[in-house]
Amino acid sequence: MSDLTKLTLEDALEGMTKGDFSSVELTRAHVDACMEASDLNAFVTTTFEQALNQAKASDERRAKGEAGSLEGAPLGVKDLFCTEGVKTTAGSQILGDFKPPYESSVTTNMKADGMVMLGKLNLDEFAMGSSNETSSYGNVVNPWKKDVELVPGGSSGGSAAAVAADICLGATATDTGGSIRQPASFTGTVGIKPTYGRCSRWGVVAFASSLDQAGPIAKTVKDSAILLDSMAGYDPKDSTSLNVDNGDWVASCEKSIKGLRIGIPKEYTVDGMPSEIQTLWDQGIEWMKDAGAEIVPVSLPHTKYALPAYYIVAPAEASSNLARYDGMRYGTRVDGENLNDTYERTRAAGFGPEVQRRIMIGTYVLSAGYYDAYYLQAQKVRTRIAQDFKNAWETCDALLTPTCPSAPFAIGRKVNDPITMYLNDIFTVTANLAGLPGISVPAALDGDGLPLGLQIIGKALDEDTVFAAAGALEKAANFTAKPNKWWV
Amino acid sequence: MFTAERVADEKDWVKGETGDWEVIIGLEVHAQVASNSKLFSGAATKYGSEPNSQVSLVDAGMPGMLPVMNEFCVEQAVRTGLGLNAKINLFSRFDRKNYFYVDLPQGYQISQFEHPIVGEGEIEIEPEGGEAVMVGIERLHLEQDAGKSVHDLSDDETYVDLNRCGVALMEIVSKPDMRSPEEASAYVDKLRGIVRALGTCDGDMEKGNMRADVNVSVRRPGGELGTRCEIKNVNSLRFIRQAIMHEARRHIDIIEDGGTIDQETRLYDSVKNETRSMRSKEDAHDYRYFPDPDLLPLQLEQSFVDAIKANLPELPDQRKARFVSEFGIPAYDAGVLTVDKTVADYYEVVATGRDAKIAANWMMGDLFGALNKAQIDLSDSPVSAKALGGLLDRIGDDTISGKIAKQVFEKMFEGGGTADEIIERDGLKQVTDTGAIEAMVQEALDANPAQVEKAKLNPKLLGFFVGQVMKASGGKANPGAVNKILRAKLGL
Repeated sequence: MSDLTKLTLEDALEGMTKGDFSSVELTRAHVDACMEASDLNAFVTTTFEQALNQAKASDERRAKGEAGSLEGAPLGVKDLFCTEGVKTTAGSQILGDFKPPYESSVTTNMKADGMVMLGKLNLDEFAMGSSNETSSYGNVVNPWKKDVELVPGGSSGGSAAAVAADICLGATATDTGGSIRQPASFTGTVGIKPTYGRCSRWGVVAFASSLDQAGPIAKTVKDSAILLDSMAGYDPKDSTSLNVDNGDWVASCEKSIKGLRIGIPKEYTVDGMPSEIQTLWDQGIEWMKDAGAEIVPVSLPHTKYALPAYYIVAPAEASSNLARYDGMRYGTRVDGENLNDTYERTRAAGFGPEVQRRIMIGTYVLSAGYYDAYYLQAQKVRTRIAQDFKNAWETCDALLTPTCPSAPFAIGRKVNDPITMYLNDIFTVTANLAGLPGISVPAALDGDGLPLGLQIIGKALDEDTVFAAAGALEKAANFTAKPNKWWV
Repeated sequence: MFTAERVADEKDWVKGETGDWEVIIGLEVHAQVASNSKLFSGAATKYGSEPNSQVSLVDAGMPGMLPVMNEFCVEQAVRTGLGLNAKINLFSRFDRKNYFYVDLPQGYQISQFEHPIVGEGEIEIEPEGGEAVMVGIERLHLEQDAGKSVHDLSDDETYVDLNRCGVALMEIVSKPDMRSPEEASAYVDKLRGIVRALGTCDGDMEKGNMRADVNVSVRRPGGELGTRCEIKNVNSLRFIRQAIMHEARRHIDIIEDGGTIDQETRLYDSVKNETRSMRSKEDAHDYRYFPDPDLLPLQLEQSFVDAIKANLPELPDQRKARFVSEFGIPAYDAGVLTVDKTVADYYEVVATGRDAKIAANWMMGDLFGALNKAQIDLSDSPVSAKALGGLLDRIGDDTISGKIAKQVFEKMFEGGGTADEIIERDGLKQVTDTGAIEAMVQEALDANPAQVEKAKLNPKLLGFFVGQVMKASGGKANPGAVNKILRAKLGL
């Protein structure tokens, strides 16, 4: 039965439809794999018993002909999504043993479609990080290994590692500046951040509201389409949710890209980028050409301002979003001399250094006298970046870029150098700032045998084209490598 | 910034040791939107419910919760803006005002900082004992109320009630156009009348559904503006007047002693009738306002505004004009009777189909006097509009005289029944039988022969006999009939 964990989501769903195996069997195989993989530290909380119960209920639904689109699939949920009655930590100590009395809209959709939840996946604290090292529940270890242990990327490191290690068929994730796509690139998995507003943010612990967007990490492009189709949809409880229908994304994955105009932004060539990444990018261009796409050089002149703007807007919103963690109503509380002292002690004990750093940056850039120079300026940059993309769409339909400027790095190597760490997001933040869909597809291994991804960025609400281009890329790259199961 | 062009009437100048001073007043009135649910959550807003029984996950600031605009509250704000003759901003935006406090679970209040839903407007006020004054409205914006901290249930703990947290408020900011405590209280009274007529706020100051932050400064009449202090959360018209009086005097004393005013926020203590410092400008929070990324900007259609405008109810000023033209009562009376919707509705019932001037006199005199004495609101009056009308009908058809009517009214006010019941029971019906009156007149003439002669020469003395007859009849004789018969008998 251990073979069941090697299946893609698509194949597993088909196997259950055909009656080759049950959800209980499939779930048990994944529970066993999860238990073997505890060294990866992918989970904050496991819910194996509930998962097996859900699998049993799922098999009964299927027997009655009531199977949903994710019926019986054992999946993982990033621990940023509130799950009713199941501890939700956001990777932070400040939430303590918080068990939400409510379920996020995204996971509600997935449960309605038959998801079996294996547990809550580890992440950088409040999704702030690019290596999973800021989690207060210990860092996740990348299933891909060199001579030393590597980071899985972040913030959705647990989601990416779990999918790469075949312990979850797929997982939910969130992306504020690259937190789906960068870990997908680091682990040889597929991760898509849809258009801002596709997935409801209701019940997802907020980091930066105008940038946060949920999406899946999956084994294949088509798996990611199946998952996103369940996750996405209009939600009146989120004022920024878009009242638009999902496309036929699963079908789009196999659509021809003949005649599609793929833009290559010249500004995405950065100093110090490993030559292997440039080589892979060139290779990607060839693959797209071979698939019948037309390659168009484009310019996104404000790209160099994207990262600084992101590191103003995101901390600004975070400093306000995280104000509610004050020890008064739920979570950790450290009593002090008076109210202010209690606030200070609670937040000093509950938040880790990276979260504290971003709260301080955010508080600073919103302060009287600095607001115009930082926050307002950053918002202007954001408008310019969105305009850059609009200009690009006049000559192309989607963009092809590297996902990250590097392959996964060793645990501990960048943790004390926030600026270097922030550079990880350089190719991914632009899509968040402009609200555009972006997907990372595993494309090759570098000289050290570590995965590298390529990114497709599309027009707002044009996930169909993004999936088509990603499907073509996946087919051409034929990335079949898997990490050695050193953790077993 | 603000300029204050109008100079106060001299009667409103405040005397100091070094000369006269003028008081400059601006108000920020918080009016709770009359709405069954909160501004950004579906929770109910019922006053006086069990603590923390009207709190949604959004109000409690739970992780991942998001605000959703209550469209009814937007409509109410627009309606109020139109009632203030103000510009409706089709584009407005919600901002976060960040600060930490136990009764603010999100750690920020959602308000409108840069782009309020309503812009400039103006209303006319009629301060007691003064000329009508135009007061400019600077803006009206929507914001969330905070919860309530209760410090006196325990010696060392604070309890928090979040029922009010998230309730929609309209903050109505005036220009610094008021020059006396009377003008300030007339302004608030006028606002109250407008929002009550519109049904956008119940104007209940006792429940805190309407409260004012009062900005006060002093200057030499017509001179340079002084430094202002803001007195927070004053919750009655009387306290507003007292707080302004006290604060102006405090400023004058400090300046005349050679001191300077510190810009600060102060609290009014109604028990001691004084204000005291709450926080200085240096201690003021940096609220780090920024647009709330959880909410889209509010974009209204002109047609939406037009539809509200087309269906606006009659406002106090319009009603006043109508009362003057329709009922023929003096403008002053019409003003008094239309400040409040309940009063105007009451009057309209009493006056319709009757002598409107007598109706106005009865309301403003006997009824208001009795209510005031008993400390009862008109809405709880023991004499309904219909009942008062019934009394006036008996005056109108000469069943009773105006004087007897006052006795009847007192009994009605004490719960003695309708006018007809009381008149019947107490035998107060006016004597109109000419035979009976004639007998009484004759009796009076016979008893006072000397006066008869004098009255024949000087008809002004007729009143003496009218008095005698009224006295003899216990007030029930019809004074008109008495007069007529007297004149006939005396040959006048």
